[in-house]
Amino acid sequence: MILFLAALFVLLTGALVTALAGRRSWANTAGPLFSVAGSVLTLVGSLMTLVDGRWEWMPSQAENAVLSIHLAMDPLSAFFCAVTALITGVASVYGSGYLNGHSHGKNLGVSWAFFLVLSASMLLVETAWNGIFFLVTWEIMSLSSFFLVVFDGEKPDVLKAGWIYLVATHFATAFLMVMFMILGSSGSFSLSSAAIPPAMKSVVFILALIGFGTKAGLAPFHVWLPEAHPAAPSHVSAVMSGVMVKAGIYGILRIVSLSGGPFLWWGWLLLIAGAVTGVGGVLFALAQKDLKRLLAYSTVENIGIIALGLGLGLIGMATGHPVMTVLGLSGCLMHVLNHAVFKSLMFFGAGSVLHATGSKNMEIAGGLMKRMGRTGAFFMTGAAAICALPPFNGFVGEFLIYLGSFRAFSVQYKAQSVLAGILAISALALIGGLAAACFTRATGVVFLGEPRSAEASDAVESNLAMTAPMAVLACLCLVLGLAGPFTLNLIQPAVQVLAGRSPFMDAIVRSAGFNLLQISLAGLGFLILVLVLRSVKNTLLAKRGAEQGITWDCGYTAPDVRMQYTASSFSDPVVTMFNAVLRSEKHLHRPEGLFPQSASVETRTSDVVLARLFTPLFILAAWAGDRLHGMKKGYNQIYILYMVLALFALLLWTFFQGYAQ
Amino acid sequence: MNHPPYIHVAVSLLAAPFLFGVINKVKAAFAGRKGPPLLQLYYDIVKLMRKSAVYSRTTTEIFRLSPLVSVAVGVLAVMTVPLGQKESLISFHGDIFFLAYLFGMARFTTVLAAMDTGSAFEGMGASREVQFSMLAEPALLVGLAALSLLTGESSVAGILSSLRSGVDSASGHVVLPICVASLFIVLLAENARIPVDDPNTHLELTMIHEVMVLDHGGMDLGFIHYGAALKLWVFSSIIAGLLVPVKTSGPFAGVLLVSAALLLVTVSVGVVESTMARLRMLRVPQLLTGATILSLVALIIAMR
Repeated sequence: MILFLAALFVLLTGALVTALAGRRSWANTAGPLFSVAGSVLTLVGSLMTLVDGRWEWMPSQAENAVLSIHLAMDPLSAFFCAVTALITGVASVYGSGYLNGHSHGKNLGVSWAFFLVLSASMLLVETAWNGIFFLVTWEIMSLSSFFLVVFDGEKPDVLKAGWIYLVATHFATAFLMVMFMILGSSGSFSLSSAAIPPAMKSVVFILALIGFGTKAGLAPFHVWLPEAHPAAPSHVSAVMSGVMVKAGIYGILRIVSLSGGPFLWWGWLLLIAGAVTGVGGVLFALAQKDLKRLLAYSTVENIGIIALGLGLGLIGMATGHPVMTVLGLSGCLMHVLNHAVFKSLMFFGAGSVLHATGSKNMEIAGGLMKRMGRTGAFFMTGAAAICALPPFNGFVGEFLIYLGSFRAFSVQYKAQSVLAGILAISALALIGGLAAACFTRATGVVFLGEPRSAEASDAVESNLAMTAPMAVLACLCLVLGLAGPFTLNLIQPAVQVLAGRSPFMDAIVRSAGFNLLQISLAGLGFLILVLVLRSVKNTLLAKRGAEQGITWDCGYTAPDVRMQYTASSFSDPVVTMFNAVLRSEKHLHRPEGLFPQSASVETRTSDVVLARLFTPLFILAAWAGDRLHGMKKGYNQIYILYMVLALFALLLWTFFQGYAQ
Repeated sequence: MNHPPYIHVAVSLLAAPFLFGVINKVKAAFAGRKGPPLLQLYYDIVKLMRKSAVYSRTTTEIFRLSPLVSVAVGVLAVMTVPLGQKESLISFHGDIFFLAYLFGMARFTTVLAAMDTGSAFEGMGASREVQFSMLAEPALLVGLAALSLLTGESSVAGILSSLRSGVDSASGHVVLPICVASLFIVLLAENARIPVDDPNTHLELTMIHEVMVLDHGGMDLGFIHYGAALKLWVFSSIIAGLLVPVKTSGPFAGVLLVSAALLLVTVSVGVVESTMARLRMLRVPQLLTGATILSLVALIIAMR
């Protein structure tokens, strides 16, 4: 507890100091220092809480006050705080390198102040134990991240992305406000005494799912992610994609834990939403040309996978199927951690590419592996991890979800759980295949082959402050992939907050841990085998000598860069196959005649939900607003009349309520 | 059945290239040719292993690494999938997924190596590879899920040995043939055989897997051939295991029966290759979606 409070103190002091530092150059050093100090304190503190127990902190001792600063950390909060601290700390180091020399005279102090406030507010959201206090910290989190997104606000598209984000996040807050009103209907907003009326249980869940789901990026409320995440500076994108969306997942989990047992259809809803979000997210990712936008859509996909695990867990809880419960929830939490690690890593990589080439457009990149070898290798590691390839960490979480679905068949035979298992397996298999397509494309087009532009061929490696955090996260991808059994046991207290504990569950965890151990050993064996083969081959080749030449490719004498496959052509078969969903615009100018002079093709895939659901909805809202405009005449008398009418209506309402009783 | 699993691994690692010889002999027989010797792939690999290498200046380390990853993946897969015996070296609940994603790892590096050359052909092959494997993946995993539901096991060795102790339920006799059909289509797609891909051509625009390895030569090509042989061996072993769902007695009867089934699968690949033309590119997704639907049907029947 002391460590956590100290961390908050450090972060908030840091925010004050950096805000005062303003444009002075040391702000860019002070910010990361405070952030790393806060992260280390939080990490140690929350890991300790994760292992043993829970604490509460309430300075005013007024538990039943409407708004009181009331913090509590149970293992579930501790898990999320640990993930948050890990990523914000690493991201701040990267950020100092990223902003250094690329800030164009902007006020870095204020930027760092918002970053530190964002870190602190995320930790507060994950530990707030008073409903109103939760909303306040939630709002601080949303606003501070908004200011970080519009760091490059002089560009019109960045500003537009910021507005979309601001609207979306307040859309979420509106639902959450209603939800906390219902939770607090007994008079106390403390989460310990939150008694959800049984009739309102499902209403609360739906409100939470929309409110928190918007933050997390569940379809169809994901529309702000692909706008806001690419617009932000890359270290902020990493924090938003890696951990801030997880605050939404935390919220859903917390409401489930407070609800006292989920209904079966909650699980089904999450499972179906997860499948749709996952497949849709990765499909849209595959169609993007903007590297950071691709990564943002991939975050949507991974939230889908997390929701699949959670849905499976809830179905298990509702049907009394402990294997599904434990494995589903463990897979969900494990993927929260793993995704935070590899997605931040990839955003860092994308940021380095952006710095080196000045563009997020994948089509002008290429051949960067030769120019930025370290960034390339780290990005490739992240790509393998995000495709859930063993021995990297992405596989571990997905394996648990798969295993949970499979065990749904064999342990206890129930039609509901079998159907859920089938849905989860089919969705995960499809997502896996599409993710492989998406990330071989991203890695291959950006880092391999020949550079497609002068910017790409002149690219140079980023500074140490940017590559070192990537190295740390890339190593973590491998370590977490090999340390599956350890992580599984570490997160069990958090799972037990939701699912309770029984000897049978412990046995399930032991058995799953044994499976993960086998995977780790096999993964280790695989790595060793590759290294041995490599050294054998290199020894033999060293004697014989290897020649260098041009790419043979069936006998081209002078291969040209323009012959290379592009990102769009790589994904075209799949994009065409799923065009019913993606609705890509394609402007094709075919070559004509015997000696064609010119030909061109251009494709663009914009978000279907944004274009076809939310844009018409907001146009409608604007239209309705315009109609109301007539009421605003500018005469005080009329406004007073409105007030009197409103008061009269309220009076009538209370009168009839009394009458009804 | 009581010999230790590592004998199986050693035998498999040695015998895998033999399957390609069988396929080529079958094809030659259909065409009325004598055909290359049964051990041709061994000769090829040995010859390639003695060569030096030529690398394109465009390529990076991943290009040199990918053939080794394919072999390493093949070796681990051989350790996971038994051939007639009860146990395999690597066996745990859910090793099916490990197997599927291991092959995913091999594909990941192969596709990246293809893109590493910066050539149009290889990029095209890579693009097709990811498209078709994306469609084959659900067919494979759902098919295995059906078998898992049927047997109540979730490891390859568990499923196969449980099937070998006999299938009693009526639904089992329906599920097994459907799964065999679906997994056979997956085998043809994953191993770059007709009707999905043509292993004989390098120079046509319809090629997929073969074109991705255009620029690999020498030792690297040897490794790729060997990795492909191991992959074919593993997929054929699974289907062979499904083909022998009868109670077998005696220590070696099971192994012999399944080995015979393995040959049968290989011969079938050759027969399909001799009697069919490669499908048009646009038809391949339909074939693979068809396989997924077959797997789903098997799963639904197994649920009953």
